[in-house]
Amino acid sequence: MRYAMAIDTRKCVGCSDCVVACQTENNVPVGFCRDWITETVDGTYPSLELEIRSERCNHCDNAPCVRCCPTGASHFEDGGIVSVTHNECIGCGACVQSCPYDARYSHPEGYVDKCTFCLHRVKKGDQPACVSVCPTKCMYFGDLDDPNSDVSKALRHRKHKTLAPEAGTKPQIFYLT
Amino acid sequence: MKEELIISGRMNPGIDPYLSIWHWEIPLYLFLGGLAAGLLFFASLYTILGKEKEMQATVKWGPFLASIALVIGLFALFLDLKHKMYFWRLYTTVRLESPMSWGAWTLMVITPLSFIWSASYIKEIIPKWDWKFDFLNKAEAWVIKYRVGFAWVMIVYAVVLGIYTGILLSAFNARPLWNTSILGPLFLVSGMSTGVAAILLMSQNHLERKLLSKVDLLLIGIELFFIVHMFMGFLASSEVQIQAAELFLGGEFTVSFWVFVILLGLIFPAVLEILELRGYKIPVVIPAVLILFGGLLFRFIMVEAGQITRYLY
Repeated sequence: MRYAMAIDTRKCVGCSDCVVACQTENNVPVGFCRDWITETVDGTYPSLELEIRSERCNHCDNAPCVRCCPTGASHFEDGGIVSVTHNECIGCGACVQSCPYDARYSHPEGYVDKCTFCLHRVKKGDQPACVSVCPTKCMYFGDLDDPNSDVSKALRHRKHKTLAPEAGTKPQIFYLT
Repeated sequence: MKEELIISGRMNPGIDPYLSIWHWEIPLYLFLGGLAAGLLFFASLYTILGKEKEMQATVKWGPFLASIALVIGLFALFLDLKHKMYFWRLYTTVRLESPMSWGAWTLMVITPLSFIWSASYIKEIIPKWDWKFDFLNKAEAWVIKYRVGFAWVMIVYAVVLGIYTGILLSAFNARPLWNTSILGPLFLVSGMSTGVAAILLMSQNHLERKLLSKVDLLLIGIELFFIVHMFMGFLASSEVQIQAAELFLGGEFTVSFWVFVILLGLIFPAVLEILELRGYKIPVVIPAVLILFGGLLFRFIMVEAGQITRYLY
């Protein structure tokens, strides 16, 4: 089993619904966010190209945050979901430094927090909160090992890319271009 | 032209607009850890070489200062933790892939070693010292008997401590400025150089100072070579590392790095040491303090600048 997400940059309108859904679902403290929207504008007027992406932890296969954690608080859950055990985290900040996506932050209570792919929902068979609310249905979540999952189907038929693959982390969030 | 923006208003404290999750605690610790590594390395080295008599400050006073540096450094590390009450989790596991785990365990060994070493010399410094308990006297006698064996263990851990302060940073491939394997040896040599500078401040013996000045000149030479090597590596590497180097080659850290760290912290004290060895009367305190200050500033700049360098946005 390998959980992953594919996000259609041609459908995403950057409404930030996923950001708000995540903050509500996961009680993210005010002023923080686990996912965010990026906008890339390429070219010179009038020939411009716009790409909007919903970004979050990439749940990397080769996760530097899991490697550098001195206590083992950062770890892989079933399906490759990168997770932090709160009462093992000492708040040293090593994993925050190690993430090329800056997807982690220090929770006001001291431990490090990040996207969990809504593990508590996924375990029940639900979609992550961000995916479930997307008004343009631009996000696909599922198991890469299952050829019939939404994410496998989306990746089979479309060109896609990952963010900063040169960082060597083997990210598992794919952007359909 | 390509413009990339975060438009959802991500403003996570400590993360945006650029990373600043590590403040003064980590660079201070890296400095003190390197200083202690240098002090303990030379105390062990000259014990192994059988030069305790000639190198009194190095062998006796150095480890006292190292113990104090390690205690302050450990306290700074503790202050850096944001989930402080769980710090003991460091010692319930050994994580071989994590440099910070290596560091935590190294400190767990070298701090007691440094204290025991200092305690074994306390009677030579305070002649009226009384251990009160007989078993402590026996322990002291045992340590004194096996001092050379002790020195061999301590010299290994001193090198591990010194090199780890650099590896701690170089293991983060997400921060292009740190992600160079030369940082380990560079921080080790820099730490040794600050250690020698601290001994120079304490030594009353002319011959000891003369020898250590020569050692320090060698260390400064190696350090400068490593720094040039580091920038050569960056400029021949990928875009993110070229950008990291540019912070120091015209960017915002140019003056603080080249003027204060390189010129005032390495080259100027080296020139003063050469002049002193040639017989000119120069108070040793000037080069020694400059080296210590340069070493401290070097770590502050590396930690601060490294956090600015990144892959995205």
